[in-house]
Amino acid sequence: MTAKVTVEDVERVAELAHLELTPNETGSMLHDLNAILDYVAELNELDTAGIAPLAQVTELMDVSGGGLRRDAVVPSLDRAKVLAEAPETNGVFFKVPKVIER
Amino acid sequence: MSSETKTTESYVEKPKALTQLRAEISAGTIQATDLAASYYDRIAQINPRLNVYLSLTKERALAKAERIDALAAKGDPLPPLAGIPVGIKDVLVMQGAPSTAGSKILKGYRPPYDATAVAKLEAAGAVLLGKLNCDEFAMGSSNENSAYGPVRNPVDTERVPGGSSGGSAAAVAANLAVATLGTDTGGSIRQPASFCGVVGVLPTWSRVSRYGLIAFASSLDRIGPFAANVRDAATLLGVIAGYDPKDATSSAAPVPDYAAESDKPVEGLRIGVPAEYFAEGLDPEVRAAIESGIAALEAAGCAIKPVSLPSTRYAIPTYYLVATAEASANLARFDGVRYGYRSPESDTLSAMYSHSRDEGFGPEVKRRILLGTYALSAGYYEAYYGKAQQVRRILAEEFLHAFAEVDAIVTPTAPTPAFKLGEKTGDPLAMYLADIYTVTASLAGICGVTVPCGTTASGLPVGMQVLARHLNEGTAFRVARAVEAAQS
Repeated sequence: MTAKVTVEDVERVAELAHLELTPNETGSMLHDLNAILDYVAELNELDTAGIAPLAQVTELMDVSGGGLRRDAVVPSLDRAKVLAEAPETNGVFFKVPKVIER
Repeated sequence: MSSETKTTESYVEKPKALTQLRAEISAGTIQATDLAASYYDRIAQINPRLNVYLSLTKERALAKAERIDALAAKGDPLPPLAGIPVGIKDVLVMQGAPSTAGSKILKGYRPPYDATAVAKLEAAGAVLLGKLNCDEFAMGSSNENSAYGPVRNPVDTERVPGGSSGGSAAAVAANLAVATLGTDTGGSIRQPASFCGVVGVLPTWSRVSRYGLIAFASSLDRIGPFAANVRDAATLLGVIAGYDPKDATSSAAPVPDYAAESDKPVEGLRIGVPAEYFAEGLDPEVRAAIESGIAALEAAGCAIKPVSLPSTRYAIPTYYLVATAEASANLARFDGVRYGYRSPESDTLSAMYSHSRDEGFGPEVKRRILLGTYALSAGYYEAYYGKAQQVRRILAEEFLHAFAEVDAIVTPTAPTPAFKLGEKTGDPLAMYLADIYTVTASLAGICGVTVPCGTTASGLPVGMQVLARHLNEGTAFRVARAVEAAQS
């Protein structure tokens, strides 16, 4: 957990996250990520062998959640209202720039 | 005149109690429409200085107020929040109203539906005044990460209101709303409530439906109320809590009458005090204020007991791994396709995604997305995210263990009073440490209330955090009421 993040790491992670960073941003993110990861490395002091991960807390509570809702058809949001919020549509679908060259 | 120019101003004004306002509206001595109009007047006057509201929902608010006045005129029974002016944090969606989450990427977005918590408030008679400023996507501890400028603390305008629900806390402190909704992922309700001198509630995870909440970290995110007094906060939680078929993570546990719970005496309650929350880094004036609050609880008949939460110091690193990992997944939905900002200069789909996100997100959001993506990436997952989840269990179990011995645990809400604008913006880690006393309860899913508990010598508010076990909000409210009673 003490790996040093490199410029290549930042660029790779930015690509995974669909973020296009400017060279300035890459530099400051490199600095900040290393500082934060150095700090979180404190967790290595704790022996966690055999401890099950806790992803969310419902298992710690006495009551169960509401469970799954009834599998019934109910009206969904109005298509025109939803599409009205999109940057570009053809009235039926969302439109995006070309994906495949042909 | 002194040579030092006074640049700070105070806009503090305490709203009337909810029960009093409701009684006056019911009796016809005030009209809900006049009340709403007077709040809009005050907002017009003060908001330019504090930057609390990002947008106003006047038409909808006045229409609701008119319906309340019509009910009152007929002598019909009024709903519990009849005519009460309430503000909503901008991460909660309101149909037709701008809902930006404090981000440029959602500028101009007008959601086609209401969040459940918002709909429940309105159904209970609340008059929804508008949308409140916050850190972008609720990521921040000072409200300085909002794309629409920082909120100023009504107590001292040179200081931050805390974050991320800075607008929600400041609105109540400055009487720009009687009560507000905020959200808390690592302290975003409690820390600003403490900084602004108001009451803030962290409900148990799953207690309030999150349908319509723009998600940050789903295993941590909660919606809760701010108010000027504990009883009003309890009343609001009673309105918004409960199972919602639209949120499968909402709890089906019955909702108690929290206001009535808060009325119960505290005599005989066992109150735990964890030494780990009074260690290095705690401001001495905050310590003194909290210690006098604890003395007041003892005087009210509580048994004060030391408890131990030995792994507390690992909570911040655990939180920032878990929260950023979840954020990196949740914020993938902002891609310029379905809503919000799309970069104009992109001729391929992939470039459109990247440009829209790079231009739409601010630096802290990018930092957290990158950290979370890194912690989840191949080769690092076990060392970071996996490890953090294991430590999360240790932290949660320490709380459960402590609650076998005590009914509530009290701590300072934040290690310092409100700090100055710009003081921590250059150092993300220093900013993260502002949440040092709040993140552990977030990771454990337990509930809590922060209540004003004295001030520093210069008049800055100090908050006491009262924590209780899962779904025991009533106990936290009772203890907070006793602390509140000792203030006057």
